[in-house]
Amino acid sequence: MRSEAVILAAAFGYLALLFLIAAWGDRRASQGRSVIGSPTVYALSIAVYCTAWTFYGSVGRATTQGASFLLIYLGPTLAMLSAPFILRKMVRIAAAQRLTSIADFISARYGKSGALGALVALIALIGITPYIALQLKAITLSHAVLVSYPAAVDWRLAEEPFWADKSFWVALVLAVFIILFGTRHLDASERHEGMVAAIAFESLVKLVAFLAVGLFTLFVLFRGPADLFAQAGASPALRGAFDLAAVEGGALGWSGLLLLAFLAFLTLPRQFQVLVVENVDERHLRRASWLFPLYLLAINLLVIPIALAGMLLLEGSDPDSFVLTLPLSAGLEGLPLLVFIGGLSAATGMVIVETIALSTMLSNQLVMPWLLRASRLHAAHRGELRGWLLGIRRVAILLILLLGYLYHALLGDAYSLVTIGLVSFAAAAQFAPALLLGLYWRGANRTGAIVGLLLGFAVWVYTLLLPGFAQSGWLPLSFVEAGPWGLDWLRPYALFGLEGWDRYSHALFWSLGLNLAALVGLSLFTPQSRLEQTQAALFTEALHRDAMPAGVWQGETSRGELRRLLSRYLGAKVATRVLESGDDTQPAPPVLIARTERALAGALGSASARVLINSVVRGEALDLEAVLSILDTTSQTLEVNRRLEQKSQELARIGQELRAANERLRELDRLKDEFVAMVSHELRTPLTSIRAFAEILRDGQDLPEAKREQFLEVVVHESQRLSRLIEEILDLARLESGRLTLTPRRLDLAMLARHGLAAVERLQAERGVSLEVAIEADPAWVVGDPDRLEQVIINLLDNAGKFADDEHPRVRLSLCRHKDHYRLAVEDNGPGIAEDERERVFEKFHQIQRQQHGERRPRPKGSGLGLPISRGIVAHLGGRLWVESAPTLGGASLVMELPEAPNES
Amino acid sequence: MPRTTKPSRRRERLLALLLLALVLFSPPLVMIADRPLGGGLSALPLYLLLAWALVIGLAAWLLEGGPREEDQG
Repeated sequence: MRSEAVILAAAFGYLALLFLIAAWGDRRASQGRSVIGSPTVYALSIAVYCTAWTFYGSVGRATTQGASFLLIYLGPTLAMLSAPFILRKMVRIAAAQRLTSIADFISARYGKSGALGALVALIALIGITPYIALQLKAITLSHAVLVSYPAAVDWRLAEEPFWADKSFWVALVLAVFIILFGTRHLDASERHEGMVAAIAFESLVKLVAFLAVGLFTLFVLFRGPADLFAQAGASPALRGAFDLAAVEGGALGWSGLLLLAFLAFLTLPRQFQVLVVENVDERHLRRASWLFPLYLLAINLLVIPIALAGMLLLEGSDPDSFVLTLPLSAGLEGLPLLVFIGGLSAATGMVIVETIALSTMLSNQLVMPWLLRASRLHAAHRGELRGWLLGIRRVAILLILLLGYLYHALLGDAYSLVTIGLVSFAAAAQFAPALLLGLYWRGANRTGAIVGLLLGFAVWVYTLLLPGFAQSGWLPLSFVEAGPWGLDWLRPYALFGLEGWDRYSHALFWSLGLNLAALVGLSLFTPQSRLEQTQAALFTEALHRDAMPAGVWQGETSRGELRRLLSRYLGAKVATRVLESGDDTQPAPPVLIARTERALAGALGSASARVLINSVVRGEALDLEAVLSILDTTSQTLEVNRRLEQKSQELARIGQELRAANERLRELDRLKDEFVAMVSHELRTPLTSIRAFAEILRDGQDLPEAKREQFLEVVVHESQRLSRLIEEILDLARLESGRLTLTPRRLDLAMLARHGLAAVERLQAERGVSLEVAIEADPAWVVGDPDRLEQVIINLLDNAGKFADDEHPRVRLSLCRHKDHYRLAVEDNGPGIAEDERERVFEKFHQIQRQQHGERRPRPKGSGLGLPISRGIVAHLGGRLWVESAPTLGGASLVMELPEAPNES
Repeated sequence: MPRTTKPSRRRERLLALLLLALVLFSPPLVMIADRPLGGGLSALPLYLLLAWALVIGLAAWLLEGGPREEDQG
């Protein structure tokens, strides 16, 4: 069954299936029913991280380096956990500015710098090509193992002609696939949905295949995990296989590898592609943040059992192939084929995404800028450039794959799988300082980024790439062992005498250290251009604001010119979509210029888009000074605004309080004036009559004695009234100023009520008022000033008498207990007091106003101060005084309530 | 502009989880875990897998549901 034909049929059948899935995904996308609009598919597509290097290499690494293979997956776990802080920001920025690759991203951050973009693209190309070569190698190797087992793989690649080499054909087939699904559209906003769907499917295939081998190993080759681990523990050779000591570099190497994996996960071009560019919804990050680590855990769970089993059963064979040779050694037919397909899916997935990412970089950062500069020389050139662009990208794809093949064919044998992978990781990690620092530090500038990248890349070449060449025989091995020209301190694995470190930590330390130092140092001491400052502000503040304020564009161009530009590069359809319809001779509004630049950036990269826009817009396309000041001020303004709002709220509150106080003061002033007027009026009435009678007495010497007597009586009476009035006014003044002196003591209210009754009895009898008494609480102990309280009671009785019914005036005094209070109520059978009048009777002189209305019965005048004074006294004693309807007599009832006195003890 | 405390609390919790994961996966604790199990093999891989599973579980809990009190804000 393991015939060449079957294997080829399976491999090509699998690739055909991928074609179908990708085509299906693209068709669904064009129908608007996207298959990748799910966080699970997103998480699975991120699993393109697990390449053939994971599939075959993890076991290989586990046999030589112990548990350190896990670090390559723990790093990404940390990166995904930090997604809300890092990735979310990257996704937001890339979406806002239509950035389509990591080179574009970094170039955009540092002022849409073409040079920086080209540098990143070049480093990525050089650093990642070995990684693609690794995938081709894995496919070829696994195929060879499958065909020639149990014979050892006899593989002298260099001696074969290239057309006999499987990996050459694999590369070509993949190139066709990628061209078909990676370059259908130009505008990157139309994502590679079919491709992502295929990648997600591949992630499932490789997981299933790997788990199948693992379970087969655990439960068929051995009797469960216990059996396997017991056998492994019994073997002295395996006992220390997973100690920390097996890890190159020990604890230090451990940390270095963790950091390397963390950074590489964020900076590898293919991870940037699936994480950021192909992200359809920012919210998918949330599910992916735990689902993707879970996927990693699942695919790594059975690595150790497979490695142990391989070391136990297949001593001496290549550990990178254990996944394949274990089921083969058991004589199986189907499972090895499944494993081969799993490895194939892991490898193709990586190659597809990586090639798309790299080809975008190549065309947008390297070829297009060059072409634009050239085409500006022939201004007459007005051809349709859309086809050109796609052509460039297709050629780039072919080129990258051929480059990968060449690398593989020329020096692929020297490294084991994991070694190549880590070297590529270290190259990608050089982007991390410029990328991550650029996300959070506005001061990072272009000069720093370029020099940092160059330094980091140079150190990477020296400490990792060249030693690799030396091991492949391209350079003398003495270069590694003794240093170039015998210079000891320049040894690539112990640069400047830094001995004892594993090579990755060592290379990472020097390359990232110098990279970072140059970035920070130069950023601190070199200037930033306006555009850079703007972009830096937009990047660092990405999570706090929406896209660039569009109103600040000030250049002039017409809609027609924008339309020509767009249709030239992106086709007429896109031009219509972006610009919509409108008069082409009219000047284009600023928003439209911004949209055009974004559309161009999606296809050509931000640097080229800017060059193109500037070519049609007269005057400075963007008033950078203005943008910058807007960006600068907005963050400060937000804070200032917040404080200002607080202050103004406070002011409003204080203003309101002041207004209320003012209102109250005015009211008081009015009351005071009224009071003074009333007092004067009240005083004048008796005074006038006193004066009148006194004058009569003075002038009329011949008045009869009886008359004189009567007049003198009036004078005396009026003076008494006057003095009473003054007494009352004084009382009131004392009450209001709080200077009224009361001498409260324990007293019996019932007794006091009887006293009061006795005092008014005669007067009331004269007026014909019948007094009724109902004292239910006797004794009623309260605390109070007896004289004042008696004054209150008398006043109440007196008032009631005045307002009682004209024909049969009746007044009723009752005293009862209410909870822990005593209530003394004085009722009359008069007309009563309307609800809304009830509080007003306690106003000073209120009564006077009532008396001024015509009354049928002349009533004894009161000052109108009695009730206000009474209320003041009662309030001073801790009680209340109010008016209600009389329950028994039907008129008004004035109720005084005083708290019960505490028991005498 | 009062913002709900929910997302920021979640962010803080995720940051704490990130730091926890970093500590769990890094040398001092890793060195402690590096001791032979009963069978003779090192406990290091077992420790890493368990710590890893714990971190993923916590992340899923925080991201998908979160503690009850968060609903009350």
